[in-house]
Amino acid sequence: MAYISKRNRKKEKDRQTAANNRAELIAAGFKRRDLLKMGLLTSAGMLIPKKGLSAHPLNTMGAFDDDEPNSPPTTPFVENMPRLPVLAPVASLTPAPTIAPNTAAGEARTVPHQAFAQFPPQRFYELSQQAGTVLMAPAGELPPQTIWGFNGITPGPLFVEHYGNLGNPGAGSILVRQRNNLPANNGGFGLPSVTTHLHNGHTPLESDGFPCFFMEQGQFYDHHYPNVYAGINSTHPGTGDIKEAMHSLWYHDHRIDHTAENTYKGLAGAYILFNEFDTGNENTGFRLPSFGDGQNPLTSFDIQMVFNDKVFDNDTGLLRFDLFNTDGILGDKFLVNGKIQPVLHVSPRRYRFRWLNTGPSRFYQMFLLGPSNSTKSFWQISTDGNLLERPVQVNSSRFAVAERVDVIVDFTNDAGKTFYIENRLDQQDGRGPTGDVLGAGQGNKILKIIVDGPVVADNSVNPATIPAGTYFYGFPNTNDAPRITRTFRFERGNGQWQVNGQLVGGCNQAPRFAIKRNTVEKWIFQNNSGGWQHPIHMHFEEFQTLSINGNPPASTGLITRGRKDVFRLEHNMEAQVYFRFRDFVGRFPLHCHNVVHEDHAMMVLGIIDDVGDNKTQP
Amino acid sequence: MTDLKRRNIVAALAAAPLAVPLLTQAQAPDASSKFKTIPSRERIRQRYFPNLVLTTHEGRTVKFYDDLVKDKIVIFNMFYAKCEGICSPITRNLARLQQMLGNRVGKDIFMYSFTLKPKEDNVEALAHYAHMHKAKPGWFFLTGSVADMETVRRKLGFVDPDPEVDKDLSNHIGVIKYGNEPLERWGGCPGMSSPEWIAETLSWVDWPKNQAKLKANGGAK
Repeated sequence: MAYISKRNRKKEKDRQTAANNRAELIAAGFKRRDLLKMGLLTSAGMLIPKKGLSAHPLNTMGAFDDDEPNSPPTTPFVENMPRLPVLAPVASLTPAPTIAPNTAAGEARTVPHQAFAQFPPQRFYELSQQAGTVLMAPAGELPPQTIWGFNGITPGPLFVEHYGNLGNPGAGSILVRQRNNLPANNGGFGLPSVTTHLHNGHTPLESDGFPCFFMEQGQFYDHHYPNVYAGINSTHPGTGDIKEAMHSLWYHDHRIDHTAENTYKGLAGAYILFNEFDTGNENTGFRLPSFGDGQNPLTSFDIQMVFNDKVFDNDTGLLRFDLFNTDGILGDKFLVNGKIQPVLHVSPRRYRFRWLNTGPSRFYQMFLLGPSNSTKSFWQISTDGNLLERPVQVNSSRFAVAERVDVIVDFTNDAGKTFYIENRLDQQDGRGPTGDVLGAGQGNKILKIIVDGPVVADNSVNPATIPAGTYFYGFPNTNDAPRITRTFRFERGNGQWQVNGQLVGGCNQAPRFAIKRNTVEKWIFQNNSGGWQHPIHMHFEEFQTLSINGNPPASTGLITRGRKDVFRLEHNMEAQVYFRFRDFVGRFPLHCHNVVHEDHAMMVLGIIDDVGDNKTQP
Repeated sequence: MTDLKRRNIVAALAAAPLAVPLLTQAQAPDASSKFKTIPSRERIRQRYFPNLVLTTHEGRTVKFYDDLVKDKIVIFNMFYAKCEGICSPITRNLARLQQMLGNRVGKDIFMYSFTLKPKEDNVEALAHYAHMHKAKPGWFFLTGSVADMETVRRKLGFVDPDPEVDKDLSNHIGVIKYGNEPLERWGGCPGMSSPEWIAETLSWVDWPKNQAKLKANGGAK
């Protein structure tokens, strides 16, 4: 399926041929009704591919590939973009959280909390994973959709958390009780068995959402998030390394083999973290646009945007998921915060937008399309929620599934104008983008932004006036010698995904490799394929890129130096990345975040312990 | 195809059963909307399980949906009898899985191996292959017309988006698909996974009252 209106001459020719054939059939005496009866023509007028009657092969959705989208039409830019509701803590949990798994009470956790005593939770939350009913399009255009969401909404409620401080590093520690209240009846897709990953918290690994640590219906699982900086128990005892701060995270289902359908069905949300520098208040610290209460348009200028693409059944109007697809699923409807192509009204001032792509398989390259097909530049301030050295002025940001990009857009001089967030990256199927970047106005307009809000004070820093040099934290050094260098080759064999020629194995197998706690490792990611691209995600720690195809990242732009947890492994690419694994132990996955690939075993399950191993090609 | 003539069409129609009944009988539209109300289970059937006529290694004629899929827990894979690559190890794997699942295979769990080479794999060849791998009742090796087997392959997603890669049959062999039709739960896993792990993945789509049992018999967590 292709949903970007790029001209494809071959397809045009093929379509013309099919039309000619159809005309010939009709001229030969077959009425359209006869063809319909014989099953040779679909109601949409496309010939069914028999003996070359159509150029369009049957795809795995049981429909026919065409340049036209499969979903019913919807009217864009009618509904306002919802701002995500902020999750409120609860006074207490019943039963009270325990260090050991409370199996008797129905807790699915099997490993005791390792840092509960050190960082006792200061706040408690409870989230119910349950079915909900939502409207994704203007009323009357698509029927109400049954989704699975955290507290029954999608995206889930927004976590707004704070790191601890110098005197009390554990002040930000929280405990989140996840409850599985999902129904047995899934409405066609979804497995009511779940595990929630906080992507990409420095989280004790029993709370991280390991794919095999799932809970069944009726069970609960306590996740302890200390919200501390990496290094807290090792290189920077008592404080952690401020250069390891993360600010834009997200949480989502990670059920082994069933993540794609469960996240597509709605089990994803965002999680933001402030500290004494990135304060959420534009009068303090780095003076980034204020978060306010996250709702009031006159005081809230730090806005989370959760992007995803979906397909709706043409007959029923309901969300559809391709059950047997193994290469990746593209939607033809683009949602922001749960609504198809909504509208955002802003004031003439600076905003921080937090962009998150929850997939399932699409790569985006977002531009700001302005009047007369102009392109407005903006400032990228982070990669995967990690602040760069300073804001970088860009015309676009590219991000694959699970990647996050925080940007500052300055609408100060734009009163009265209209802009669109436009994806111009051409992608035809789940293999990844073609590499073509379409012209201004030729891509998918995803969000309409109208600068018609009242003039309000803007005390946020103007990135254009920041003096040369480091403005944010700077990056941790990469000078410590790695204990080991490991290579991970991502490939496909016999239609299966493999890493280093091996399958994922399964939850019942021993960890494929062991990382020694508080050591440095260098990893090499390889993609020998010219056909596929993979967003490779490592849990628990952020990495720094040492080289891409042999070149140091400095030569490929400032942004590629940023700390990340997803590496966009493009065609025939080899990258070297640098990790410090600190403080906590436990099981983790390394995997492709095209969630369809992930569900088909493009994953390695490892462990962090105090021994480690010397497998260079796990 | 510009020289398409009526006789070619008639011949084509006669030769190829109409494989893809996309056009189902009209459903009563919901009065309040322009959309049809179709139960999701029915929509899955329409989308993925055309009721094609296939033939088993025992020479029996069966309908894909009515006889093979409806009301059952099923395991699908693709193979061909003369395959020298990974077909044999996967078939051996499935034989061990069948042993592990015991008498449930043939009762509520069914295993289906679809040939990628229907021209070569006639009933005799399939029977020989089944015998060679000691397949027991409840595991069927299936063939059919070239067009129908191709439809089954594509419907079940044993495809590669690159047409050149797709031509290489070995690319459709490595994956097993499984599901519980009435519960509408479907998944896939590598065919070379351990039989214990395949049994565990199957437990996730098992009838709720049996889930723990299958896990206990098969995979260890």
